Amino acid sequence: MEVAFYIAGAVAIISTVLTITRLNAVHALLYLIISLLAVAVVFYTMGAPLVAALEVIIYAGAIMVLFVFVVMMLNLGKRAANIERQWLQGNIWVGPVVLSAVLIAEIVYLILQARPPESTVGVVDPKQVGLALYGPYLIGVELVSMLLLGAVVGACHLGRPVTKKAEARYDRNSDGTRAHSGGNLIRAGAGRGPDAP
Amino acid sequence: MRRNLIFILMSVEIMLNGAGIAFVAAGSRWGQPDGQIMFLFILAMAASEVSIGLALALRFYHQHGTLDADASSNMRG
Amino acid sequence: MLSLLWLIPAIPFASALALAVLRIPRKLVAWIAVGATAASTVLSLLVAVAFLSAPPTANAYTQVLWTWFDVGGFRPEIAFYLDPLSLIMVTVVAFVSFLIHLYSTEFMIDDDGYSRFFAYMNLFVASMLTLLLADNLLLLYLGWEGVGLCSYLLIGFWYRDPVNGAAGSKAFIVTRIGDTAMVIGLFLLFHDLGTLQIQQLMQRASQDWPIRSPAAIAAALLLLGGAVGKSAQLPLQTWLPDAMAGPTPVSALIHAATMVTAGVYLIARTHVLYSLAPPAQFAVAVVGAATLLVAGFSALTQWDLKRVLAYSTMSQIGYMFLALGVGAWPAAIFHFMTHAFFKALLFLAAGIVINALHDEHSIFRMGGLRTRLPVAFWTFVIAGCSLSGLPLITAGAFSKDWIIWGAWSSPTGGLGLWIVALAGVLLTSLYTFRMIFLVFFGEAQSEVTRRPGKAMLIPCFVLAFLSIVSGYIKTPFARFLETVLPWTERTHTAPVTELVSEVIAALVFLIGVYLSYIFFLRKRAYAAALASSVPGNALHRFWFSDWGMDWLYDRLFVRPLCWFARVDKSDFIDAFYTGVARMTEIAWRVLSRTETGRLRWYAAGIAAGSVVFIAVVLFL
Repeated sequence: MEVAFYIAGAVAIISTVLTITRLNAVHALLYLIISLLAVAVVFYTMGAPLVAALEVIIYAGAIMVLFVFVVMMLNLGKRAANIERQWLQGNIWVGPVVLSAVLIAEIVYLILQARPPESTVGVVDPKQVGLALYGPYLIGVELVSMLLLGAVVGACHLGRPVTKKAEARYDRNSDGTRAHSGGNLIRAGAGRGPDAP
Repeated sequence: MRRNLIFILMSVEIMLNGAGIAFVAAGSRWGQPDGQIMFLFILAMAASEVSIGLALALRFYHQHGTLDADASSNMRG
Repeated sequence: MLSLLWLIPAIPFASALALAVLRIPRKLVAWIAVGATAASTVLSLLVAVAFLSAPPTANAYTQVLWTWFDVGGFRPEIAFYLDPLSLIMVTVVAFVSFLIHLYSTEFMIDDDGYSRFFAYMNLFVASMLTLLLADNLLLLYLGWEGVGLCSYLLIGFWYRDPVNGAAGSKAFIVTRIGDTAMVIGLFLLFHDLGTLQIQQLMQRASQDWPIRSPAAIAAALLLLGGAVGKSAQLPLQTWLPDAMAGPTPVSALIHAATMVTAGVYLIARTHVLYSLAPPAQFAVAVVGAATLLVAGFSALTQWDLKRVLAYSTMSQIGYMFLALGVGAWPAAIFHFMTHAFFKALLFLAAGIVINALHDEHSIFRMGGLRTRLPVAFWTFVIAGCSLSGLPLITAGAFSKDWIIWGAWSSPTGGLGLWIVALAGVLLTSLYTFRMIFLVFFGEAQSEVTRRPGKAMLIPCFVLAFLSIVSGYIKTPFARFLETVLPWTERTHTAPVTELVSEVIAALVFLIGVYLSYIFFLRKRAYAAALASSVPGNALHRFWFSDWGMDWLYDRLFVRPLCWFARVDKSDFIDAFYTGVARMTEIAWRVLSRTETGRLRWYAAGIAAGSVVFIAVVLFL
């Protein structure tokens, strides 16, 4: 178990790093899926089988499929990758990396201050989780149901076909932008500098 | 720095996942189900966030013809 | 039957709510509004019959609905208390309201705010009945403020004219001065006696407070303040003439028959308190006597028909206060009843006249209406005779003679108050017959454009009937009220006995009518000459302006306050708050720079923020 945990953890970290550095969206997504599966294994080895299963089913299954669909619909191709490369050039990443490094340092310091963890890993079985979920956390479940309802309504609202008029009202330039870019999304975006109106 | 909305959403997912790992690890460290329950809540939250976020991204693309997050800065004060 | 008591105020309230909230067609509005008041009237009559046929123990019936709230030993209840006093008041109020509602269905028929009007009217009736039936002073105060609110709303009913709105505000603010005094009185009573439940209060007051104790005098005077404001007595009487800006049925119902007598009811309800405080009671008598003279003189000089009636109302309520002040409690309530009938009738008849002449208010531009509006003429004459006290026939004579006799015979009364009361009779007959002669006799000056229909005439007939016959029940009335309002013993009798007093009053009445006949019908030149002579003219102007009270208050209170407000507009405290606003504005300018609309900067901000925050938690 110990070995499986460490291997899965390493896989998760490496694939996550690859995810955020990929230029092609589809590649990034695939690495993200691997990372999620690795995290699922980590969960299992930590004695949380229910959550591991849910991670695979919902995260890697449902949510990632959504991403894949959207990426397919937008048809992000090679040119998009070039644009991404442009965006990642230079020293632009220095700031975020420094910030993250400080954050990690702080968190490591925090963890080291705490007592060294005992290696005993108890399994928390789904039954326990279910009992707690519908016991003390009932209100939370209700709130989550409200949240999901809100998401459904919001998605329906946003997904409705836009009338010509409404579109014109939102952005009079959108048609012009699209014509200018020849339908290519990334170039249109790249054409605008950060300070473009 | 990522400016593509899709990448930004993916990064948010990663961060949520990281928080989830922390919760589950803490839960199993003390042998309590609470950490897993928190992870379930995060899961639900992430699902709704992604559905809305992706719908918004699509809408955004339809209106601005790009996925550059900086293109939508015309609401600044 | 008595258990249906709560429905009496509840039905008009429900109707007011329905009319205010729902959209109801015009025809149905009239049915609902009149139906609600009719139901109240029928219920109050049924309750009265039940009460008379089988009087409950202790001659009073209490119905507790629920506890309003319970705070620190203070637990007022929503409870209704029925005894002979409130029974009489409730029956009269419900009945007169019903008649006036019926009248209004026709009077207001062309108005845009038809359903709004009836919603207010019904709310008024509900509040008034709550006031009368209240078991504790807090609930009474609720009704008290409710009728004040409705009075404000209805005076400014035609809100498109700012003058009407100003009149409404004036009524509200002036009565508020009295109400403030009353609230302080309630605080004092609760602080000293620990309850506001009226019966307990009276009991404890007579136990705990010796006669002439300062607390009793203070409480009685403070309650008198409230009563003076509501009943338009000196020195808070200035709002009533302006209140005539409202529709005529409103003037009839609120500013003549019912609401303005709330002060009389309050004092009668708490009469034990006044018996404990003879100086306060004497103050009541003095206020009443003064108002009755002041208003009588003012009424003589007004040209607006409704304003004459308004001053006459003030003067008649002055009679009631006089009666209360000399301890002639039943006389005051009896005069309230007859006054409700004949004054409502006067206003309704005046409404017919005003309506017929196309909104003409000036009595000098009326005339000769005797033949053209016979119903208005006869009902007005009946009511006018009742008002000025035509002896033996009309109800007003019985009640007023009773008060005049009380002013002589009671221990606090005497020659002075008696003469004032008799002078009041002279003035009343003068101005009443001045109105009658100017409006209905002489030459016609305007065209009659509208004739009253059935809904306007029936209430007039009924009230005319009551203005005459209600006087004959004086003796059973007194006996019925005896348990609640015992007549204070009589000390002065000789040489003026009750009969002598009545005969003198009758003679004074006849003199008044004769003078009025000479001045305003036979030889109008006399009146004109009198008014145009130098002292006559000055006096006329003085009386016309309500003895300069409005002018005085304007100089004394309104202008200094306005001046102070102007000066105080930019003081230190204000500068401080302006400074706060300025600071906020600067901070906004700085912060708004960070609002760039770029997602990446926001994300960076969040990350930096969390770094700093964790660092603070860790290392501090």
